[in-house]
Amino acid sequence: MWNRRKEEEPTARPTGAAASTVGGNEGMPMQTTPSRFDHDAPPAPRTATIGKGVSITGQIWSKEDLIIDGEVDGTIEAADHKVTIGPNGKVKATIKSKDIVVIGAVQGNVEAAEKIDIKKDARLFGDIKTARISIEDGAIFKGSIDIIRNETPKPAAKPQPTAAAPATQQTLAASAGGSDPKR
Amino acid sequence: MANPFKALLRAVQGSDDSATSLRPERPQVPPSIEQPQARPPVVAPPQLRPSPALRQFVRSLDTTRDLRLLDLGGANAANIQFMTQLGTRLYSEDFFATLEDCFGDGDYYENQRDPARVDSFLIQTFSEQRGPFDGALVWDCLQFLRPSLLDKTIDHLHRVLEPGAHIIAYFSADERAQTIPQYQFKINDQQSLFLEQRGEMPPGQAFSNRNIERLFEDFAATKFFLSRDQIREVLVRR
Repeated sequence: MWNRRKEEEPTARPTGAAASTVGGNEGMPMQTTPSRFDHDAPPAPRTATIGKGVSITGQIWSKEDLIIDGEVDGTIEAADHKVTIGPNGKVKATIKSKDIVVIGAVQGNVEAAEKIDIKKDARLFGDIKTARISIEDGAIFKGSIDIIRNETPKPAAKPQPTAAAPATQQTLAASAGGSDPKR
Repeated sequence: MANPFKALLRAVQGSDDSATSLRPERPQVPPSIEQPQARPPVVAPPQLRPSPALRQFVRSLDTTRDLRLLDLGGANAANIQFMTQLGTRLYSEDFFATLEDCFGDGDYYENQRDPARVDSFLIQTFSEQRGPFDGALVWDCLQFLRPSLLDKTIDHLHRVLEPGAHIIAYFSADERAQTIPQYQFKINDQQSLFLEQRGEMPPGQAFSNRNIERLFEDFAATKFFLSRDQIREVLVRR
């Protein structure tokens, strides 16, 4: 659930292909063997951490993954990245990100382009807008849930003799996580 | 009376000291006349049961337009998935967490007499919601309110619902029970539910069919669904 190893990582680390071959990076989700395509590889993911003794008021705009275990009052934006509100995190802010994981407490609207994961014991008071959502039993959530439907342009209609239509991409994208596998 | 609700909440949240909280707070009272206390949750697998009321509730939804549904039972993935796939916007309210916040310290039912606490509860539960709603999933929440708070809660439900909107609610059919189960309701499909028992606690009052009809007398219609188990399904039309 809570990746403590990530929390212990130093926030500044070498980026790019060179970093992928440096030893002592256990736990980093990156390639460890050199590749001749390394120059094409995306930069290694970086994570910034706001520790539990830190309190911030204002706007946070992040170009890397963000772990918040302290207090934040304002707005948090991390497009294309993941924001994690740790178990000690207390956030009064709107959050916009690609992925959002809530383990601590959030008061404010949250918007995730891909997925919101609300863990057990999390408290989230605010409106959610996301493509997918997972919520564990024991979490407390008050607010509205708006599922973003990925409207894919339909190809030109061809006459099809078959009657039964399979589940569309749109339906799958709107589904919530952590549900009964029968569905 | 000791606070059975806190014990239930602790049990639901998996607190290690839930057993401690179940001890009577007034040991001088003979056990024979001791008020019923919350019991630890029964560890039982989720129970799948058919729900004709749910089927009618889903049928009542006009999914050709944007709908807003109020879910008082706390968010869970199964209900979010089911309802959002119908194209509705779900407003989740954790009724039991709010009850705990407002009345949980001390005597749970006695605290429901306190006007300040009652106002706080109603504001937290209804005022911040962006109604009006096209339906409400009330589940078994209403059973744990004393009559005066129950009436006010029903009034607020009436206020936040569109005319023609439906409420789905569940009541224990065992009118003599000192404690009744409290469930989490997870929609399996449009005609069946998984019931996960969270614990047991005393009801706010006994709920006969007549009592329930009286509760919803300001609504257009109340329909009861009989079942073989001890659960009474009720579908109410605003």
